Amino acid sequence: MSSNINPRKKFTRICFLILALFFLISPRLSANDPDNNETVKTDSAAADHEKVNITKVAFEHILDSHYWHFWGEGHGTVALPLPCIIYSNTKGLQFFSSGVFNHGHDSFGDYSLVEEEIISIDPSEKVYDFSLTKNVMQLFLTAIILFLLFTSIAKAYKKTGVTSAPKGKQSFFEPLITFVRDDIAKTNIGEKSDRFVPYLLTIFFLILINNVLGMLPIGANLTGNIAFTFVLSVITLIVTNVNGNKHYWAHIFAPPVPKALYIMMIPLEIVGIFTKPFALMIRLFANMTAGHIIVISLIGLIFVFDTLWISPISVAFTLFIDVLECLVALLQAYIFTLLTSLFIGSAVADHNEDGVHNADDDKVAAKH
Amino acid sequence: MSNLFILSSLTTPGIGLIFWTTVVFLLLIVLLGKYAWKPILGAIKTREEGIEKALASAQSALNDMRELKSNNEKILADARAERDTLLKEARESKDAILAEAKTKATKETERILAAAREQIISEKNAAIADLKNQVATLSIDIAEKILKSELSNADKQKTLVSTLMKDVNLN
Repeated sequence: MSSNINPRKKFTRICFLILALFFLISPRLSANDPDNNETVKTDSAAADHEKVNITKVAFEHILDSHYWHFWGEGHGTVALPLPCIIYSNTKGLQFFSSGVFNHGHDSFGDYSLVEEEIISIDPSEKVYDFSLTKNVMQLFLTAIILFLLFTSIAKAYKKTGVTSAPKGKQSFFEPLITFVRDDIAKTNIGEKSDRFVPYLLTIFFLILINNVLGMLPIGANLTGNIAFTFVLSVITLIVTNVNGNKHYWAHIFAPPVPKALYIMMIPLEIVGIFTKPFALMIRLFANMTAGHIIVISLIGLIFVFDTLWISPISVAFTLFIDVLECLVALLQAYIFTLLTSLFIGSAVADHNEDGVHNADDDKVAAKH
Repeated sequence: MSNLFILSSLTTPGIGLIFWTTVVFLLLIVLLGKYAWKPILGAIKTREEGIEKALASAQSALNDMRELKSNNEKILADARAERDTLLKEARESKDAILAEAKTKATKETERILAAAREQIISEKNAAIADLKNQVATLSIDIAEKILKSELSNADKQKTLVSTLMKDVNLN
């Protein structure tokens, strides 16, 4: 019991640390800057009775984009056009800037940008979009940040040696690293955990930094994108099954049930291999996306009721949800890493407890 | 219509992001694993082992010190006991020597006294003997002198003879 309390305490402490950091770097948390501008605009353009499509605005914030949008709408838009890389079955690889589409108003050769999707006029031409979109750019950025950050921390260890106490970012990240190593990896995987700790640390920090950046006004919703969570869970699926030992496979192809049930159990167990990472994929995607939708919906109340008087409620609730999202950002990174290590743990465990389980099952089977 | 389209694009993973995520994530695992996690985890482990070792050695040093202390106490107690025995033995031997000396002295005194007494007796006897001799000589001298004076003239010789005659009863 006591061993459970300790990691939880540690976890709470880390949560508070992260929260404190958030308030330091961004006292204003959410993406409501552009929206407030919109408010003014909408009021001035109220004569036009132009109804704002909240759903569209919300999904523009959540979905990927070929532009890095900073602020403004219409002609006042400040956005960075990003490089497009497309592969078509007729024309091969092509590179150009997304600026050529002029936010979807213009077309470029055969191509046009519709709802952030590059499509060709020619219906027989299939276009595969490998563009460096906003999400891809944020992925690159976070990868570089993580690499520079952790190599500099590694250098600090080399420089100060291991006899001195950690300093600065070293002392900030060391508890997180040891938390992942001891409370996530070791408790769920056991003595073989050392091999998987680098993978778990990479997952944890990549998700964490992207969750955090996704909450900033101009950040991309990378961890709320199903393609990102899909890749992460596929790699977890591969890592889990490549490392599966004979107990793991025995549990799937020779489950501890009467042989007559095999026809039902084996397909179920095989489906189970895929449902676990699938749940992982959906969980992170849905949590992050839902958080962003709630924030934008609360801001959207201003447009739905078409009055500024609702804004105090919007701001209050948005602040509340944003603080909650700070927790969720950390929590989801933790849960993804925890469940990954749990799956790996079930694949590599020597299954002493499974042996007991089998014996019990045999006894039960013998009684009936 | 448009909303439905957006929804479907929300739940459909895009090939581009899948591709880039795979590339970046795998690269990140390899690069971070080699240049960050390995040295960091190694350093943390080394430090933890160092701390553990230091704690263990401190504990063993404490144990050593305790042992040393108890040893010292034992040695001290032994020394104290040894000293006590030595003192006791010394006292005993002193007493014995004193007693022996006393007996010896007593005996010697007695012997000397006895010898003195014997000598006194023999000296006394010698003195007595000498005195006797001197008295005898003196009395002979006196007797001679008396005889000489008694027999200095004829009368007196006659008187003496007569006296002696008187005493001698001719039987």
